[in-house]
Amino acid sequence: MNNNNRHLISILLENEAGALSRVANLFSARGYNIESLTVAPTDDPTLSRLTLVTSGNEQVIEQIVKQLNKLIDVVKLIDLSETDAIERELMLIKTRANGEQRAEMKRLADIFGGRILDVTDATYTIELTGDGEKLDNFLRAVERDAILEVVRSGATGIARGQKALHI
Amino acid sequence: MELITGAEIMVRCLKEEGVEYLFGYPGGAVLHIYDALYVQEDVKHILVRHEQAALHAADGYSRACGKPGVALVTSGPGLTNAITGIANAYMDSVPLVVFSGQVPTALIGNDAFQEVDAVGITRPCVKHNFLVRDIKNLAETIKKAFFIATTGRPGPVLIDLPKDVTIAKAEYHYPKKVKLRSYNPTIKGHAGQIRKAVDMILSAKRPIIYTGGGVILSDGSPELVELTQLLGYPITNTLMGLGAYPATDKQFIGMLGMHGTYEANMAMHDCDVLIAIGARFDDRVTGKIEKFCPSARIVHVDIDPSSISKNVQVDIPIVGSVPNVLRAMISVIRDEKLKPDAEALGKWWRQIDEWRAIKSLNYRQSNEVIKPQFVIQKLYEVTQGQAIIASDVGQHQMWAAQYYHFDRPRQWINSGGLGTMGFGLPAAMGAKFAFPDQDVACVTGDGSIQMMLQELATMKQYNTPVKIVNLNNGYLGMVRQWQEFFYQKRYCMTYFESLPDFVMLAEAYGHVGMRIDKPRDVEGALREAFAMKDRTVFLDFITDQTENVFPMIPSGGGQNEMLLAERDEMVSTHDEGMVLL
Repeated sequence: MNNNNRHLISILLENEAGALSRVANLFSARGYNIESLTVAPTDDPTLSRLTLVTSGNEQVIEQIVKQLNKLIDVVKLIDLSETDAIERELMLIKTRANGEQRAEMKRLADIFGGRILDVTDATYTIELTGDGEKLDNFLRAVERDAILEVVRSGATGIARGQKALHI
Repeated sequence: MELITGAEIMVRCLKEEGVEYLFGYPGGAVLHIYDALYVQEDVKHILVRHEQAALHAADGYSRACGKPGVALVTSGPGLTNAITGIANAYMDSVPLVVFSGQVPTALIGNDAFQEVDAVGITRPCVKHNFLVRDIKNLAETIKKAFFIATTGRPGPVLIDLPKDVTIAKAEYHYPKKVKLRSYNPTIKGHAGQIRKAVDMILSAKRPIIYTGGGVILSDGSPELVELTQLLGYPITNTLMGLGAYPATDKQFIGMLGMHGTYEANMAMHDCDVLIAIGARFDDRVTGKIEKFCPSARIVHVDIDPSSISKNVQVDIPIVGSVPNVLRAMISVIRDEKLKPDAEALGKWWRQIDEWRAIKSLNYRQSNEVIKPQFVIQKLYEVTQGQAIIASDVGQHQMWAAQYYHFDRPRQWINSGGLGTMGFGLPAAMGAKFAFPDQDVACVTGDGSIQMMLQELATMKQYNTPVKIVNLNNGYLGMVRQWQEFFYQKRYCMTYFESLPDFVMLAEAYGHVGMRIDKPRDVEGALREAFAMKDRTVFLDFITDQTENVFPMIPSGGGQNEMLLAERDEMVSTHDEGMVLL
């Protein structure tokens, strides 16, 4: 049995006050791990889409899915790790960009398909999207001292093909 | 169209839901609601003496009659006092609708007087909760609350009502039906799974049926009895499930679990097919998970998918309501004229009868000091097994479960999941409201009774005559028992050096008090008390201070590692077991 696999769970949630806390509360109350969580309203204003990353063995994930489904505010959910899915995360990173470093940083951003959103004499602010691994790789590629600030959105995702999560 | 206030809307909704009793306590935030209650007589408000008791009384009422219990408390401390009662109902899946007052919407979040974040503080212990900010949503929210509380796996639902919402006016419209897109419990079991389950059940050589509170909550007792008798299999009930199958029937082998009978736990341990129905494999039942039913294939019927394979992986899960699934099983067996393996079953019953012959519930009777078990046995005799028994939490609860043989569902009311001391008295009162013509007893101890003692006043006010059977050993007996066994008799904080004179106390509240300290007086006192139909009687039985509850599976032990009464010396448990205390 696989132990502690990472799972990307995507939820359609009633867009109501307190709905997010019910989800967050469930994880803390039952001692489940939560790595990241993103949430925003959908095209249907009565619904929010919440994506979270958690980990656990098969049994734990089964319980997480069941417990989430039990919440009255959870309309539907899908474990995207069980299907062919696209995963994306947005990262904003502020780096030093002085002297030689300046050209190098620009090249690195280009290689990773990043965009420079803001420029000062001494810094770049770079936008980068991709799956978590790609963002990790970028951070590894940048010299540690050059990083001034990192903001990550947490992963979000969608199934490939015709499969769609809607009501 | 007529415009009425939010408070009036609430009261009308309750009337339409057929609510007889509203257990509550007033305060600033709910004054408008009390004003609306004043001018009508359909919903009777019961004024308790503490909000926790309002919840327990509503809870006891619901457990006794099956209808949802309804409670009303004010904001702030009213709500925080109610939390224990809400959590208690949540753990035992009791349908309650709880209304809490809230400060006016404009003040929410301002640390206003008697403000507390009610939906936040109750979130982990309710099935669902609502904060009504707009009077236009009030009636529909109440409908939703009753719907959610009473369907699927039942549970408490809280509605938080800001004071301005109770004052505002709107048209009254109570929807006949309500549909929630995100909530649709599965009632009917999957036909393919039921078929597979029947095959497994009939292939058993050493079967056992293990049922819990879900059978009672779903009113599935008739179907359970029919299926069990059709199969001829042994059946055991959890603490929450007692009464679902008649305890006096020969197929009943007693309660299982930590203080279950020898035959029930041994049969669980040795079974080859386990048929779990409306039970949740609680740690007090399973003992150490690794040692649980080592050779069993498991069928599990439950309405809550998250109860299935939570603690123990099962082979055939069936999600659905108990009566529904059991009816389908019975049809398959009858239609196809299926029969269990009679020879294997005969052999299995002979084994079970050998275990039974050990008589694990035997205890040493005494002529000098009252044995607590003896009191329960006499209570059973005097009430001819017909009384509703509401219990508190502790040793007395286990003795009541072991020695009062419950033959019908909803006769046994106790706090199983949360284990709330203080539950018994208000719950007994709630049961008495549901069945004023039936005998109701509260089995309690000197520790538990002192936690909700103030309700003696409520019981006087509304004349709800309950017989209080206090097994008074001067100790917090269950904790004392563990200290004796596992903490080398270091009785830390379990002895009450001072106890009230319960007889005088009962009399001070306007009731009858009796003190009994001789075994020979036990039966007479009980007869005398139950003859006083219209009086609450406090029977203070001075019992053996050192009596322990047996059999016992020490935490960390397997189901076949029981300690019986004859072996008074308790072997110390190992560290792993201690964690499970």
